Amino acid sequence: MQISIYRYHPEQDNKPRMQTYEVEEQPGMMLREALLAIKEQDESFSFRHSCGEGVCGSDAMNVNGSNKLACITPVSELKRPIQVRPLPGRPVIRDLVVDMTQFYEQYRNVQPYLIRKEPLPEQEIRQSPEDRDKLDGLYECIMCGACSTACPSFWWNPDKFHGPQALLASWRFLADSRDQATEERLDALEGPYKLFRCHTIMNCVEVCPKGLNPTRAIGKIKDLMLEKSV
Amino acid sequence: MPDPLRPIPHRRFDALIIGAGGAGLNAALRLASADLRVAVVSKVFPTRSHTVAAQGGVNAALANVLPDDWHWHMFDTVKGSDYLGDQDAIEYMCREAIPTVYELEHAGVPFSRIDDGRIYQRAFGGQSQNFGGDQAARTCAAADRTGHAILHTLYQQNVRARTHFFDEYFAIDLIRDEEGAILGALVLEIETGETLVIEAKATLLATGGHGQVFRTTTNAFINTGDGMAMALRAGVPLMDMEFYQFHPTGVAGKGMLITEGARGEGGYLINGDGERFMERYAPRALDLASRDVVARSMVTEIREGRGCGPNKDHVMLRLDHLGADVVHRRLPGITDICRVFLGIDPAEQPIPVFPTAHYAMGGIPTDRFARVVAPARHGPEEIVPGLYAAGECACVSVHGANRLGGNSLLDILVFGRAAGTDILQYVAENPNHRPMRDADIEPALTRLGRWDRSGEGESVAAAKADLRKLMEDHCGVFRDDATMAEGVEKLKALRQRVEHVRLKDQSRTFNTARIEALELDNLVDVGMATLMSALHRQESRGAHSRVDYPERDDEQWMKHSLYARDGDRMDYKPVRTKPLTVESFPPKARVY
Repeated sequence: MQISIYRYHPEQDNKPRMQTYEVEEQPGMMLREALLAIKEQDESFSFRHSCGEGVCGSDAMNVNGSNKLACITPVSELKRPIQVRPLPGRPVIRDLVVDMTQFYEQYRNVQPYLIRKEPLPEQEIRQSPEDRDKLDGLYECIMCGACSTACPSFWWNPDKFHGPQALLASWRFLADSRDQATEERLDALEGPYKLFRCHTIMNCVEVCPKGLNPTRAIGKIKDLMLEKSV
Repeated sequence: MPDPLRPIPHRRFDALIIGAGGAGLNAALRLASADLRVAVVSKVFPTRSHTVAAQGGVNAALANVLPDDWHWHMFDTVKGSDYLGDQDAIEYMCREAIPTVYELEHAGVPFSRIDDGRIYQRAFGGQSQNFGGDQAARTCAAADRTGHAILHTLYQQNVRARTHFFDEYFAIDLIRDEEGAILGALVLEIETGETLVIEAKATLLATGGHGQVFRTTTNAFINTGDGMAMALRAGVPLMDMEFYQFHPTGVAGKGMLITEGARGEGGYLINGDGERFMERYAPRALDLASRDVVARSMVTEIREGRGCGPNKDHVMLRLDHLGADVVHRRLPGITDICRVFLGIDPAEQPIPVFPTAHYAMGGIPTDRFARVVAPARHGPEEIVPGLYAAGECACVSVHGANRLGGNSLLDILVFGRAAGTDILQYVAENPNHRPMRDADIEPALTRLGRWDRSGEGESVAAAKADLRKLMEDHCGVFRDDATMAEGVEKLKALRQRVEHVRLKDQSRTFNTARIEALELDNLVDVGMATLMSALHRQESRGAHSRVDYPERDDEQWMKHSLYARDGDRMDYKPVRTKPLTVESFPPKARVY
C-alpha cells in the first residue's frame, strides 16, 4: 500500500513536499499503525499520537481531504493512493505537526469550566438524569481540533471566531443545570465574530471523529440568546 | 546539543509538577488556587494524558446505590492488596475518597446520575459490604468515560486558576545538589529542541505508568515510566515493581481496555466450552473477583486447552444478555471500541479478551503526604528534600500487590491533592530556592547529550521492540525462576546494546525520534526494576504469581521490595500494618 505524506522540515526545506512510502497492509490496520511503520523506515517523519483508541485526541490529520483521527481510521476504507496532510489552516511546525495555539486560546476564551455562585452543598449538587442527559454529545469532546480546522470561518478569523470546538464547550456549560453563569456566558458571546461567524457550513459535524454536533450546539446558543433578549 | 556559548535559560517557580494527568493537575489546582507560582511540565497537551483513557470510575463509599462505609472500602483494599498495602495510607485514601468525589463533582465532572439526582455508582471487582459480605456498588461513574470527564474538568479548573503550563516539554532529569535535595529539572521544549532549567522549591513527579515496557498493553504510547526512571537516576529506589497488573479484559491481540465496569454491569466471561468458568475459581464473587484472580483464571483456562477461537488463545466476555439499552447507555465508549476495532456490537456479540499489561502497583516510594522517602543514613524512609510523587508513578503504597478497579483514579486524586497540600506547607517553611551550581545540571545534560552521538548503530525502534517482547516473554502473568533469570540476563545484554543505539535524525524542531530515544532509556531502567524485583520475590502474592513458589509467605515476604539502579541492588522494608485510627486488618487467606 502506498501512502503519500506531507513533509516539511523547517531546518532543511524551503517549502513542503509530498513523500510516498510503501507500507505492508495488515488486516484491521489503522492509519496510525501505518504511520508508525513509516516512522520505523524514516525516523525523521514526525506526527503526534498517543492512546491509539480515539480518546486522547492527539492524532487528528487531514486524510484524503478530510480531517480524521488516524488511530480509528481503518486504512482499508481509504481511497488509494492515501494522501495524508496536516490539519488545514494551522501553521505547520514540522510534517504533520501543526501549531494549535490559537485553537487552545479560543477554548480558554469561553470560560470552559463550571461556574457556581451559590455556596456548595456538603454532598454532590443534585442533577436529574434528564438534566444530565443534556450533556451527552457535548462533554465527550476530545479537543482533537478536527472540527475547527475544517471550518472556513475559523480559517479566516482564528483570532476572533471561537470556532466549533470552543462553542461546543461553551454550550456544554450553558446546558449544565449546575452552572450559574448563563448571563455572563451569553454576554461574552455578543458581537459579530465570536459566535456569529458560524455560517452553518457544517464541516465540523461531518468530520467530528466522536460523532458530536457543534453546529447544533451553536444553534442552541443562538436560540438561548434570542430567548433571553425578548 | 547544548551550546557552550549559549547558556541554558533558567526559570524559577515555587513548585514544579512533571506530568499533567489527574495527579499532576489536582496538585496544580491546589497550589494555583493558593496563589503559588506553579509550573506544570507535560510532554503532551494536558488533556492527552493517559488519565483520559480511564473508563469505569472512581471508588468512594457514598452509599448512593447500596449501603456502604469507608471502613468496608478500606477492608476491601487491604484484602485486594494481598496484605502488602500500607494500612495508614489506605485508611487515609478511603476516608478522603468521599470529600474528594464531592469536590470533583462541584468542579464540574459530568457524573452519571440516579433518579434522585445523586451520583451513579456501579459494582466493581473486589468490592464488598460489611467486610467481605455482599457485593457493594462503590464506583462513581461518568458512563464509561470517567477518566476523560475527570481529566478535562481538572484541566478546565486549572485554566480558571491560571496555572502556568509548559505543554509539550519533555523532562530530561531531576536536578539535585550535593546534599541530595531536589532543585528542579532540566526540560526540553519539544517544538524548538531548546533546553530550559526550571528551578523549584518543590518538585512533584506525576508522570504515570510504564505499560509500554510490555508488548501488549492497555497503556498509551506516552506511558514510558519517565518519572520512575528519573527517580532511579536521582538515586531513589523503586518499590514493589514486581507487582504489575494484567487487566483481565484487554481486547485479545490488540490490547484496548474493556472496563471492569462491563462485568460490573452484569457481563461475564466464558471459555471455549461456553462455560462460565469463574464459578469454579471464585464461587461467590464470580467475574467480580480481584483482577489478579480473574486474570490467572483466564490464563489457566487457556493453558488447559479451553480457550476460544481457532487458536484457543483467548476467552469471551458476554454482554449480549444485558440488552442494547444498558450496553449502549452505560458503556458507550466500549461500544465504540468494539465497533471500530472488532467490527461488532457488544450488545449482540461477545468480545474476545485476554489479560493485558495495565497498571504498576509499584513505583517511587512515598509516604501518605506524597513525600518521596528513600533509605538513607537513618532508616528506610528518609524524606528526599523537595521531592514528591503521586499517582501511578508513585507507590504510597495503597495497592500493595494488587490494585482494585476504581482505586487508581482515586489514588491520583487523593494523593495529587495531598501532595499539593504538603507542598504548600513545605514552601512556606522553605521560602527560598536552594542554590544551583552548573555541576548539578551536568548529569542531566550528559543524559541528553548522549543522543547527539551520530554514526552507525541500531535504531531506537528495534531496541524498543526487543525490550517489549522480552518483558512479555519473561515477566508475564505466571512466572518462575528460570524464565525470569534468563530475562534478567537478556535485559542486561539489551541495556549494553542500547549504549550503541544511534539517532539518525539530529534535528532540533519537534524531533519525536529524540524523545523516543530518551523514553527508551527510561523503559530500560523501569524494565530492569520490574524484572529484578520479580526474580527476587520467592512467593506468590497478588499480581506476582510464581509457579515455583505458589503460596503467599507472610513469614518471609510480607515486606516491600526496593530496587536501586546502582548495581541493580535489592533491599526491603516492612509493611505498615498499623492504620491511623482503626484496628489493623491482619493477613488472612484471600478467597473471593
